[in-house]
Amino acid sequence: MSESSMQNLPKGWKSVPNDLGSDQTAFKGVQWGKAMMWIFLLSDTFIFSCFLISYMKGRASTVVDWPNTSEVFSLDFMGVPVPLLLIAIMTFVLITSSGTMALAVKYGYEKNRKMCGWLILATAIGGLTFVGMQAYEWSKLIHEGVRPWSNPFGAAQFGSYFFMITGFHGTHVSIGVIFLFIFARKVFRGDFDKGKRGFFTTMKSDYVSIEILGLYWHFVDLVWVFIFAFFYLW
Amino acid sequence: MSENLEINKNKQKQETTHKIGIYLWIWGLLFVLSFFSYMVDWYQFQGLLRWSLILFFMFLKAGLIMAFFMHLFWERYTLVNVLLWPMTAIACFVGLMVAEGKYTVFTRFIYFVLGE
Repeated sequence: MSESSMQNLPKGWKSVPNDLGSDQTAFKGVQWGKAMMWIFLLSDTFIFSCFLISYMKGRASTVVDWPNTSEVFSLDFMGVPVPLLLIAIMTFVLITSSGTMALAVKYGYEKNRKMCGWLILATAIGGLTFVGMQAYEWSKLIHEGVRPWSNPFGAAQFGSYFFMITGFHGTHVSIGVIFLFIFARKVFRGDFDKGKRGFFTTMKSDYVSIEILGLYWHFVDLVWVFIFAFFYLW
Repeated sequence: MSENLEINKNKQKQETTHKIGIYLWIWGLLFVLSFFSYMVDWYQFQGLLRWSLILFFMFLKAGLIMAFFMHLFWERYTLVNVLLWPMTAIACFVGLMVAEGKYTVFTRFIYFVLGE
């Protein structure tokens, strides 16, 4: 889609039938990789929804009391148990890394190589911190006797939903961290300025890749918003 | 002609990058909203108040992340529609499973609890 013809397209609601009914490209001005990332994220939304809905159904249909999450996930701070302390810190860490990622995308489009690289690195370190705290949380709960089939706090289903949902989310974060480190290296090396061709592809690198990576990372944060609300707070 | 293209390129550039202020604002708002949703647990609000506050802060945070961090606010409506309409299917699924969950707990109560 050339830039001059983008300007002449209808805007607002009129653009929907126009774009969908047009030839070849429905998502005008959206690079194909970005459209594919959005479609992947949509399918991922359905997977996470299925997990959370099954958790809702499991929790709603048990006759045994559900474990009190504020007590189960409390952390001792100077001898005083603080409810959900670790989870709150994890939430703030993930939001911080989401913010640095948003800025990295901005600086990427402005072709500010150094800022973009450092911000991606900061995002990766935030993600790593999050995964580390999650590993601590898992080991703490496992030591306390929480298993996928039973736990000392209440309804037996709690463990299986906890490990499944947070585990799947943690896997997403871990994959994101790996890609963040790879892309930080690519940015610092100047791949996106020089239009260097990638390892798996003959296409030239472009800063739009940073936005695509950012979409994935913000999605991970987005899923955590829902997990935090439904699993930890509800 | 080439001058025209140059102008268009500049316009395009303005569309893809935004002022830093908007990101910092959203970032700050997300922090404040997360703090508020943590406070819901801290003050141990219960019942309908707890659930509605949790959902309110959750949807507000999700909306801010999608609209500004994921740039949906600036995308063309076609992409926004393609992404958001499937969410109605999820809402239907939630509705179905609420009914199913109520039925299951009803039968369990009858046979496991009252039956013993």
